[in-house]
Amino acid sequence: MPYITQLIQKGTTHSFIAKATAPTVTMPRIKALMTGTIPGFIDIVMNLNSHELQEDNLLWQAKQSRKRIFFYGDDTWIKLFPKHFVEYDGTTSFFVSDFTEVDNNVTRHLDYVLKRNDWDMLVLHYLGLDHIGHLTGPHSHLIGPKLYEMDIVLKKIHSALLLKDEDSAPNLIVVCGDHGMSEVGSHGGSSDEEVQTPLVLISSAFQNKAGPFTVPEMIQQTDLAPTLALGLGLPISRSSLGKFITAVVEQKTMREQLRFFHLNGHQLCMLLKENLETYEKDDGLEQFKKAEKQHGNWIKLYLEGNTSEVLTNLGRKVLKQYLEALIKLSSSLSKQVAEYDIYSMTVGAIITLEIFFLLLLSVPNALSNKAEFDLPLATPLFSLFFYLTCLLLAAVHVIVCTSTENACFFCSMSWLLAMGIMVLISALLCIILSLLGKMVLQLKPSNEVTHSSMQTWSELDILLLVGTLGHVISMGASSFIEEEHQTWYFLVSTLCLALSQEMCRKYFLIKKGNLSGSAAFSEAEEEYAYVNEIYDAHKKELQEEKLPILSRFIKSNEKWIALSSPGLILICCRLLRPLNQTGVQWIHRPDFGHWLTSSEHKAELSFLVAVCLIMIFILIQGKCSLVSKVALMFGLLGIYCYRAAIGHVLYPWQQNTNEITKGITEARFVYIFVLGILVTGIKDLLTSHFLNTNSKAKAVGLWEIYSGLILLAALLFRPHNLVVLVFCLIIQLILTTFIWKILKFDAAEIAIMHYWFGQAFFFFQGNSNTISTVDISAGFVGLDNYVEYPAIFLTIFVTYSGPLLWTMHMLYYLSAETNWNSTAVAHGCYCYAIIRSLPVTVYILLVTALRYHLFIWSVFSPKLLYEVIHHVISAIVCALFIAVDKNQLTKSEG
Amino acid sequence: MDETEIRRLAVGHVLSILAVVFSLFVPPLLLDEFSILGTHLTWLCFCSVCVIAVNILLLVTFKPNPSTKRSSLSSKVNKLYRSCLYFFASCLLFHGIIVLYGAPLVESVGETFLFAVLLSSFTTSRSLCFLGPNFHAWVRVFSKDGAMSVWDHSLQITTICTVVGAWLGAFPIPLDWDRPWQVWPISCSLGASFGYIASLLLAPFWIYWNRKRLTYKRR
Repeated sequence: MPYITQLIQKGTTHSFIAKATAPTVTMPRIKALMTGTIPGFIDIVMNLNSHELQEDNLLWQAKQSRKRIFFYGDDTWIKLFPKHFVEYDGTTSFFVSDFTEVDNNVTRHLDYVLKRNDWDMLVLHYLGLDHIGHLTGPHSHLIGPKLYEMDIVLKKIHSALLLKDEDSAPNLIVVCGDHGMSEVGSHGGSSDEEVQTPLVLISSAFQNKAGPFTVPEMIQQTDLAPTLALGLGLPISRSSLGKFITAVVEQKTMREQLRFFHLNGHQLCMLLKENLETYEKDDGLEQFKKAEKQHGNWIKLYLEGNTSEVLTNLGRKVLKQYLEALIKLSSSLSKQVAEYDIYSMTVGAIITLEIFFLLLLSVPNALSNKAEFDLPLATPLFSLFFYLTCLLLAAVHVIVCTSTENACFFCSMSWLLAMGIMVLISALLCIILSLLGKMVLQLKPSNEVTHSSMQTWSELDILLLVGTLGHVISMGASSFIEEEHQTWYFLVSTLCLALSQEMCRKYFLIKKGNLSGSAAFSEAEEEYAYVNEIYDAHKKELQEEKLPILSRFIKSNEKWIALSSPGLILICCRLLRPLNQTGVQWIHRPDFGHWLTSSEHKAELSFLVAVCLIMIFILIQGKCSLVSKVALMFGLLGIYCYRAAIGHVLYPWQQNTNEITKGITEARFVYIFVLGILVTGIKDLLTSHFLNTNSKAKAVGLWEIYSGLILLAALLFRPHNLVVLVFCLIIQLILTTFIWKILKFDAAEIAIMHYWFGQAFFFFQGNSNTISTVDISAGFVGLDNYVEYPAIFLTIFVTYSGPLLWTMHMLYYLSAETNWNSTAVAHGCYCYAIIRSLPVTVYILLVTALRYHLFIWSVFSPKLLYEVIHHVISAIVCALFIAVDKNQLTKSEG
Repeated sequence: MDETEIRRLAVGHVLSILAVVFSLFVPPLLLDEFSILGTHLTWLCFCSVCVIAVNILLLVTFKPNPSTKRSSLSSKVNKLYRSCLYFFASCLLFHGIIVLYGAPLVESVGETFLFAVLLSSFTTSRSLCFLGPNFHAWVRVFSKDGAMSVWDHSLQITTICTVVGAWLGAFPIPLDWDRPWQVWPISCSLGASFGYIASLLLAPFWIYWNRKRLTYKRR
């Protein structure tokens, strides 16, 4: 950007690095710039759906003093400030793949506007750079030209304003960014690259201080609002936390400078008074009072006409005191503003805790052979205790809601709903108590039984338990949350090693059994027979598919294949690791995914995508019906065409196609097949339910639903992530054919293993616990422009596809492939529910306890958001489980 | 269980601990600028050598599993050769597993391999000295309830503790605390050493505590 560099060197500018706070997404950042406040985290959810800003802000103040404001650019501004602009033209920011049109839309107004004289403020929000970042990352070849284009725009504005300056007060150009860009080109998190934004103030009013380039001063993004307000002669907006930038007023007279400080300090003191009960004891306030008194002395001296050195020295002293006071006030305010709605938080935490305990207490019942999960509803509901707790909670509710002045979400709900929640809490409490009572009564005689059952746990069970608990405990530390993927990779590797150990034991103990005693011998023989049986069955299956060579190979080398299978899984996991660097600390390391997506390696990427699609077809098709096989083939072909159309990959037959379309037709083509496969799957499920046919149809139906989801994921994933999908299928194949069948795990263990692998795949596909890794571009596949619900659905699907695919696979495996008992699905579902609710419950409690933690907004809240959405998804999947299970139960009864 | 055997075991364990301690305190006398964190690789080499030497010493003096038949020189050489082979194979195996766990493949290959050597000297060299290069004996000892003597038990305990210590040592590596011991493979090797020493200290007590149950199991 030659022009602006030249300006900065020439010296009529001030440049700073403005530090934004997390979440670094557009809407909260605009709020911060205009109001000087730090918006809460919930704004990230509202980011896609902004409403009018109600708080006092700079634009409102400007409008009140009859300034005329023009706006061109991102339409988030228009949603936030719908009535503030005299003239405006918004461009929608949601279609990320367009980066020329959005900026031309802004620039085309410039020539006309700059000639006119009827505006006081002009706000321009260019979107192109952000879009390029989202699409291709910060090292894209598109960045340079875009920055140059911006430079030309700036030159145009600056020269036009210089002409105007001659006959009016000097103008000010503020060049700033709302947020930065991470190494992968997105934003939302709190890494340095995302948080630090440039801020350049250009005005002919500034002193010319040409000189060598110095490192810009670090300021807060919120500091801009009071600075602009003071510069424009407007009142500082009420809830602003910023302290104005002192460098800007350096060459003003001492009196004016002190006046500015006083105004800013006074506003901060008023704000502090509103927010802090013990505001009188605050350090900053005291210092401000002192400085105010000194200021009075200074004014007295000044008015007496004293111009000696004493005056300037005193002035400097006052200035320094004011500055210190401002810094202290500002920092103590930004600590204070985090207000928590403790009452609502407690209610939520109590409900989750109660439900978790309920699940925990019914473990013995639910995991027994009957797999029943019935709650003693009737007795607790009619007990006196229930009504008493209801009354007590209602009383507490009334007292709390009438006593607090702060806004409280729970109090603002309609009283009927609140009452319902009260009843729910007390009912849950009573149920838990009655269950506990029953347990205590039953436990007394059977104390020794539980002790001996602990002994029968294998190392694998202990590992699963310890790993899950350890992960839950590790969530109390922010660095463990940032690097959660490492925990999961580590646990999954350990799981593989434990599996291989079990495998070794199985095979080598059989050998030993042959050598030694009689009891062990017969047992080993039995197991051997069982293994053989499985392989015979397997062989038969394979022979049906006319693959005799392969089956003979498997049959003859079964032992070694089985022994090496955990190692194979380990190798798969290790290969997936460098595909997407994730987390916080090492996200900048070069990874394989970036290498593939960079524009020089298009040919390699095309080859990889083609191979992956073929692999997916080979791995899925075996268990599908003919119709869905054909649909699958066309769907995968369509995916390749889609990728070629949007320019990710090349067609082998036409090498240089430069036209890039949005690929809408191709994507919709694939959607049709996805829907088709899903519908056939559901149809198969329903027929197997109503017509009571054999379980084969059901298995096919479930597998078809699963493959439909895989097809959808293959369409939406970033192109290099297809590898993740292929490895996911391969690992599932290995686990089902070689490990789970041979080692005879029960449903609970299988459910936990599925959960672990699902979590690991969540991170393998490039996700992390910061918002910036969410791939929003998936929400626009096959859509002309932003449509809210499909976009949200697609984004969520693609983000959670790892865990979702694994749970779907668990559903299929437990209900179709296993033939030991009918309660497998129920057990699996129950285990899944409890293993999901454990981290969520603990995490909610942890976050409540750590709510004044330094990283609460940057680390803990995004994780909470992820957990909540994951929880909703698991609830939906559990509902599906129950539906399938009901299906099975009615069939077995009928 | 024989209490003299346990006492002998305790003495052997103390010697093994002394080997690790020796590797901590002697090199500074010989080399300039030696510190565990600074010149970690030297320490790794030194520690492995010390531990292996003490294990061989134990083999010669205590004879934990005395062989029944007298062996000729050629069979002894053969055994030695096979032991070396086994040791090397176990180093490679550990190296492979560590890489699969996420250690960098190309960069810091030396660190990874030396860590694998340390792990093998803590576990494999001990097993080689106590059991000899006899695969069936290994399978017997490391399968559930396969231990036949106090030495077997101590072998089980030390091996498991060393591996678990190394496993636990890997947790702090990805965190952003910026401590010098978070560098690969320092925390892991320290974890393994702590696990090894702790197990050496605890094993005699554990065996003594459970001596009734253990004798019962043997019959």
